[in-house]
Amino acid sequence: MIEKKSRTLEQDNLSDVNLSIRLYISCNSQLRTHIVTQYSLNVNGKNHVIDADGNTPLLYILRGELDIKSTKYGCGTELCGACRILVDGNLLFACTLLLKDADKTIITTVEGLTESNKPGALQQAFLDINAGQCGYCLAGILITADKLLEENRSPDRREIQLALDGHLCRCGAHNRIIKAIQSVAESDDD
Amino acid sequence: MIDELPVALQQNPVLSTWLRFDNDKVVVQTGKVELGQGISTAIAMIAAEELNVDIDQIVIQTGRTDRGPNEFITAGSMSIEGSGMAVRHACSAARSFFINRAAELFEVEPATLRIIDGVIINPDGNEQVSFWQLLDGKQLDFEIEGKPPLKPTSEYSIVGRSTTRVDLEAKLTGQPAFIQDLELPGLLHARVVRPRNKAFSLTAINTSTVETIQGVCTVVVDGNFIGVIAKTEFAAIRARQKLIDLAQWQTDSDKALPADIAKFLREEVDTSLLVEDGLPTETPIPPRLASNSGISHAATYFKPYHLHGSIGPSAAIAEYGQDGHLTIYSHSQGPGLLRGAIAQVLGMEIEQITVIHAENAGCYGHNGADDAAMDAALLAKAYRAHPISLKWHREDEHLWEPMSPAMLVELDANLVDGKIMAWNADIYSQTHMGRPLPFGSVSNLLAAWQKNDPMPQAEIRPGMAPHGGIHRNADPYYEIPNKRIIKHLVKDTKLRTSSTRALGAFANVFAIETFMDELALASSQDPAKFRIDHLRDDRAIEVIKSMVSALADHQFQVHDQWQYGKGIAFARYKNTKTYAAVGVVLGVNVETFKIDLLHAVIAADAGQVIDRDGLENQLEGGLIQAASWTLKEAVQFDEYSSTCENWDSYPIMTFSEIPTVETIILDHPDEPCLGAGEATQGPTPAAISNAIFDATKIRIREIPFLPDRLRHQALVM
Repeated sequence: MIEKKSRTLEQDNLSDVNLSIRLYISCNSQLRTHIVTQYSLNVNGKNHVIDADGNTPLLYILRGELDIKSTKYGCGTELCGACRILVDGNLLFACTLLLKDADKTIITTVEGLTESNKPGALQQAFLDINAGQCGYCLAGILITADKLLEENRSPDRREIQLALDGHLCRCGAHNRIIKAIQSVAESDDD
Repeated sequence: MIDELPVALQQNPVLSTWLRFDNDKVVVQTGKVELGQGISTAIAMIAAEELNVDIDQIVIQTGRTDRGPNEFITAGSMSIEGSGMAVRHACSAARSFFINRAAELFEVEPATLRIIDGVIINPDGNEQVSFWQLLDGKQLDFEIEGKPPLKPTSEYSIVGRSTTRVDLEAKLTGQPAFIQDLELPGLLHARVVRPRNKAFSLTAINTSTVETIQGVCTVVVDGNFIGVIAKTEFAAIRARQKLIDLAQWQTDSDKALPADIAKFLREEVDTSLLVEDGLPTETPIPPRLASNSGISHAATYFKPYHLHGSIGPSAAIAEYGQDGHLTIYSHSQGPGLLRGAIAQVLGMEIEQITVIHAENAGCYGHNGADDAAMDAALLAKAYRAHPISLKWHREDEHLWEPMSPAMLVELDANLVDGKIMAWNADIYSQTHMGRPLPFGSVSNLLAAWQKNDPMPQAEIRPGMAPHGGIHRNADPYYEIPNKRIIKHLVKDTKLRTSSTRALGAFANVFAIETFMDELALASSQDPAKFRIDHLRDDRAIEVIKSMVSALADHQFQVHDQWQYGKGIAFARYKNTKTYAAVGVVLGVNVETFKIDLLHAVIAADAGQVIDRDGLENQLEGGLIQAASWTLKEAVQFDEYSSTCENWDSYPIMTFSEIPTVETIILDHPDEPCLGAGEATQGPTPAAISNAIFDATKIRIREIPFLPDRLRHQALVM
C-alpha cells in the first residue's frame, strides 16, 4: 500500500515537506522488517501500549484505540491534511503512517495543544476570530500552525500560506485561519 | 393572526416543539441542520435576544425526526428567514407568557418587569422568578395564538453583532463534534464497494476469503451493492480492499458518456420553458427578439461539472433494533425527507424510522450524505441489533456524489443609445434537483438503484418554482424592456447531478455579469455606471457603489512580467434575497498566463443582520469557494467514468492561492433579514473574468480559467 501511494505522490510533484515525510516513512518501513504485536506510543504526554496489527494506519489507532477524535480521515493519500499530527516533532499524515513505523514515538494532536482542558493560545486565537466554518480541517491545520510557530515565531502572511499548502479548506475560511495564526505570532512579539 | 407568523411556526404552532426549558437552559429545537454555515450560532443569537437570556444558556438541537419541528431541508439560504424567524416569534411568545405569569405572581403591571438571563425581576418589590421556576418542570405545551410583540430592534444587544460560534471550541480541541466521532455501545464499522460508474454491473464476486479476515462480521452482496461489516475500522478497510480486488464488473456500452459536453447539452434537450419574472411557464416559446438598430452583441458561456468536494467523505450510523425500529444518524440536509425516502426503499413505515442529524464537514449542497445513510440502513438491516458506522472513502465521495451539472448559457442583446432594449437567453443544463424525496416507487438514493430488485431513479422533471434550479438568477435584475429567457432541460441521467450551492445562479450570474461588462465596453460605457443606469433598486445601487469605492482605494504591488486588472460584478440572489457586489484585483503572468488573485471586495446587503461575523464568514467563504470553482475546477471523464478520484485529479484552491478579502456589510436593521450563504457565488466568476479582460484584453467565457485556456484565447484574438 505504502509503495503504491509513494508512486502516486512522486507523480504529483508535491512540496519538499511532503518529500521529506515520504522518505521518513519509507526508511522506517525498511528498518523495521520484523513484525511485533506490541507497540508503545506517547500521545499528548501519555504512554500507551498498543496490541494491534502493525500495518494499521495510525489514524485508526488514534481514533479507535485511544479515542483521539480530532485526527480526521479526509483523503487517505496525504493530499488534504485533515489527519496531520506531530510525530517526534515531524509533521506526518496519520492516514498513511503505519503503527509499526510509529513505534516508540512521541505524538501530538490538538488534544495536546489544550492547557488544563481549556483551549491553548493557538486554539483560543482561532476561537476569538471564528477561524473556521465547518471545522473539519482545523485539527490538522492547528498542528501545522503549531509547528510553524515553533520554527518561526513571527511568520508573515506568505509564510503562513505556504506552510498551510498541504491543507485543504473547502469552506473558504482561509483568511481567518491565516489571521488567527498571525495574531498568535504578533502577540508572541509583545 | 396565525397567518402573520412564519410558515414553519404555522405548521408547528406548539411552542414546546421549538423551545424546551430544562436545567436552567433553553433548548432551541430547530428543524434546520448545521452544515458549517453557522446556523446554530445565528439561531442561538436570535433566541437569546428575544428571550433575554445569555447565549450560553441556549442549547441548539438541530433537525431530528423524533423531536422538534420538521423543517424539510436546509438549503437555498432560507434557514434564517424560515427557522430563524420562527424561533424569534416562538421566543417572543414565550417571553410574553413568562412576563404575564410573573406579573400575576407579583401583582404588578407586566411593563414594569425586567428580564436578565431568564430571571424576571420586579424592581419595585425586590422580587424575582426565573423562567424555569415559573414552569416548574412543565413545558410550553400550548399553541401560539397570534403574532407576539417582537422586541424592538432598537433594544437589541446581541442580534446584529458578532459572537463566538457555538460549535467551534469542540472542533478546535478535539471533542467529539462530527458524525465520524460518535461512539455508541457495540458499534461496528462498515465500508462499501461500488462500481466505478453507472455503466458497470457486478458479474461475480466470491466473498469467502473476505469473510475469514480477522474481525470481519459479515459481507453483504445485494445486486450491485457490496458492503462489509467488521469489528474495527481497519478490518473493514482491509476487507473493502480485498472486495475491490475480487469484484468483477461488466460494462453497459449504452451508458458511454458524451465526449463533448457543450454539444451534448445543446443537442439532448428534452424540455424547453419560457422563464418570466424568474418563473418557468407553459407559455409557447416566442421567437427570438430581433433588432434592427443599435448595437447587437452575443456570447456563450460554459461551466463544467463540479464536485461539492466535502473535506469529510460521507458517513452514517444505522441501528436496526430488536424491536424493528431503525435509528439513523446522518448529515443529510433533510432528515425528515430522508426518513421517508429510506422507508420506501426498505418497505417500512416512516414511524419505524428515526433520523437524527449529526454534523459532517461542510457539504455545500446535495452530496453523498443521504446515500451513505441508505447504505448504512441496508447494512444495519442485514446485521441487526448493532449500530453500524459506515464511512465512505474519498473515492466513493468523488466518484458518486451528485455533481453540480455543467451549464451552457447563450446570451445576446441589443443596445440602443447605451441602454439594453432586448435580451435573449438560452440556458442549457441537466437537473439541479436530484434529492431523495419520498417518491412513489422510484428513488434517488444510490443504493436503491444498485441493490437487487432495484428501484428506478425518479423521472427528471423541470423545476417550476421561482428561481428554482437551472433558471435561478436567469432573469437579470436590470431594467430591460424586452426579455426572452428560455431554460432547456437535458433529462439524461448517465451523469448524476443535483443541487450545489447557488444552483443555476453560479453559471447564470457568471454569464449575465460578464456579458454586462461586454455590453458596457461595446458601447463605450463604464461597467459600474452601465449597471447602475439599468437599476431602479437603491439598495442594489448602494452595494455596487460601496464595492467600487473600496476597490478603487485598494493599493497593490506590481511586478514585472505581470499584467494587472480589476473587475466587478453584482447580483441579488434569486432576485429577492441578499444583494452582493464583488470586485477583484488580479495579475496575469505574461509568459505563463498564471492568474494570481490578489484581492477581493464584497459589499452586501442582507437586510437585518443577525450574526455580523457569521454573515461575513459566509460571504467570504462563498467567494473563495466560487473562485476555486472558477479558476481550477472541472470534473474530467473517460469513456464511462469520472477520472477524478481524489484531490490530485480534482485540485481546488490552496492557501497560497487565495486572495485577501475585504467585506462591507450594509446593515438595514428594520428590513427583513435575507439568506446570504449563496450570494457571492454568482458574481465571483464574472468579476474574475472581467478583471482578466481588464488586465489582458483576453475575454474568457469558459470555466475553469486555466492558463492554457487563456493562452489559447490570446492566440485566437
